[in-house]
Amino acid sequence: MSTDPMVVGTAGTKAGKAAARARARRRRSATSNRPGWLTYAIMAVVLMLSAYPLYYSFLLGSSDAVSIAQTPVPSLIPEGNFLENATRVISSDIKFWPALLNSIIAATVTAASVVFFATLAGFAFSKLRFRGRGPLLVFLIATMAIPTQLSVVPLFILMAELGWTGRLEAVIVPGMVTAFGVFWMTQYLESALPYELIEAGRVDGCSMLRTFWHIVMPAARPAAAMLGLFTFIGSWTAFFWPFIVLGSANPTLPVSIQLLQASYFKDYSLILAGVTIAAAPLIILFLFAGRQLVAGVMQGAVKG
Amino acid sequence: MSTTVAPRRPAAPAAPTPPSGGLTWRQRLGIWDFRYSPYLYISPFFVLFGIVGLFPLVYTFWVSLHEWSLIGGKGEFVGLGNYTQVIAQDNFWVGLRNTFSIFLLSGVTQTLGALLLAAVLNQNIRAKTFWRMGVLLPFVVAPVAVGVIFSKMFADQAGLINTLLEGVGLPSVGWHSDVLASHVAIATMVNFRWTGYVTLIFLAAMQAIPKELYEAAMIDGAGRVRQFLSVTVPMLRPTIIFVVITATIGGLQIFDEPRVFDQAGQGGSSRQWMTVTMYIYELGWGAQQSFGRAAAVSWILFLIIIGVGVLNYLLTRRIATGETTRTRTTPAAAPLVGTVPAGTAPAAATTAPVSDPPPTRTGKDPS
Repeated sequence: MSTDPMVVGTAGTKAGKAAARARARRRRSATSNRPGWLTYAIMAVVLMLSAYPLYYSFLLGSSDAVSIAQTPVPSLIPEGNFLENATRVISSDIKFWPALLNSIIAATVTAASVVFFATLAGFAFSKLRFRGRGPLLVFLIATMAIPTQLSVVPLFILMAELGWTGRLEAVIVPGMVTAFGVFWMTQYLESALPYELIEAGRVDGCSMLRTFWHIVMPAARPAAAMLGLFTFIGSWTAFFWPFIVLGSANPTLPVSIQLLQASYFKDYSLILAGVTIAAAPLIILFLFAGRQLVAGVMQGAVKG
Repeated sequence: MSTTVAPRRPAAPAAPTPPSGGLTWRQRLGIWDFRYSPYLYISPFFVLFGIVGLFPLVYTFWVSLHEWSLIGGKGEFVGLGNYTQVIAQDNFWVGLRNTFSIFLLSGVTQTLGALLLAAVLNQNIRAKTFWRMGVLLPFVVAPVAVGVIFSKMFADQAGLINTLLEGVGLPSVGWHSDVLASHVAIATMVNFRWTGYVTLIFLAAMQAIPKELYEAAMIDGAGRVRQFLSVTVPMLRPTIIFVVITATIGGLQIFDEPRVFDQAGQGGSSRQWMTVTMYIYELGWGAQQSFGRAAAVSWILFLIIIGVGVLNYLLTRRIATGETTRTRTTPAAAPLVGTVPAGTAPAAATTAPVSDPPPTRTGKDPS
């Protein structure tokens, strides 16, 4: 398009052409103000710093104890022992398969549950009127500043009372809905969900729940996907609470990594093969969903 | 709950509703649905928070006033006995020192590094998404995994870092034996995982700064450094405050990385890198098995975090405001809330003329 419809509409064709010229000028300068090689050099170094430790883990995981001791700086070409080390990890007594299954279940259930309950609450906070809405939302936001990790003692006592110590429920249930999730969905639905749609639903006689299911959920999908992604990552990488409440009897992957390190500390090829396997699923996920994660962080995701 | 079906659909004839005078049960249900559903929808969070957030917080204090062991459960009331006992322990103070040292080392470098990196990324570079993904990659790796990897890289003997140092003629460092060096190593792990994340938060905020401000600064003859210090940093103030506060809350509770810095998990032979949270774990689930003392330390740390959070808020507000108080008069209201949407979409939610709720929606059934 050569003319700016907005300008044309308001100020005539001449102004439109001028605007087009200005835009072309801007485009030209956009290519000329590309930064120099130094910027790319810095970025390349940063990229290397963020990728190398992971590659290092793979390199040592493909090596063996003797070669690790001899060459502290591993060759960039991996040795061929990764599969062998991986087999040793799996057959060691860190309960690899149960841990993997636990991590998958915990992360999936937590993510699904957070997305559902957060969208439900976000719908109410952003689009429904009810007494106490404002104060409740402020309260919810304030709870994000509470360092909950410090209440492990009573939480552990509670789980012991319920008989949940060593069971996956203890990890899943406390994280089933988060203040951040609710806040995130509230923010999103506030702008993304037009009142007209809800009204239309009500005019058609939808109940609130039907409105939620058929109108709100589809509208919330982009933000819900990001929230699910972040929750999944958070759950997958969590260590402190699973470590305390699950212990080595029924671990998640991070807990079994710690076990691996504690029991096989003489052989880092084994340990780092385990670390690589445990990190791989999320790194693969990152290759596919990294773009969404970047967008999610930039739209205001908050630290863990 | 609601099984109401759209009235036009004849598919649910199970409950015939005679449309005779007064409100039918279905209409009444509709009103209830409209009036009470919001509370139902927000209740999961508040119920769960009450059980696993608020109650434990208060209960921690209760536990801290008692003899209370992992196995035996509640014992006698000891008042502030656990507190005095804990404060008399050297390990408590060592833990506090280590926690603050690691927190400062990581927090300061991370914030400054992320600011600079964001400025680099904020240029008109090619393959933007690629570089952004590049800095975010470490975020998906579990802190425990990062800790194990870096503990090997920072090995005192025959470690990668020490070998490289020796390669360029520098002395090798006792990354595990030396107190400060171990803190640097752990801060490096934290920064590895979080710097990219914080960078993207800053980048999003930078992109929201109006270009006119830079143009004005350029006309006034400001160079790039000057622009960064006098335009970018002051405009990022709310975001910086937000990042610093979340870093405080998270950083002072650090556990995962130092826990796996060696295989024993005690924080080193002379507790060089034992943090307060590791100390809490040790008191409660280690040799002592004293929930009372663990709870006491939890409460102390809780108060410290609140205190430092407030202090940081005041400090960053002052620093970031600095000389340019006049350029920005936005009230610092709701620093935590207003800054979360550092960037695009949610920010638009607060600034764009969102179709405000029409006054007709007042909790009454519209029919």
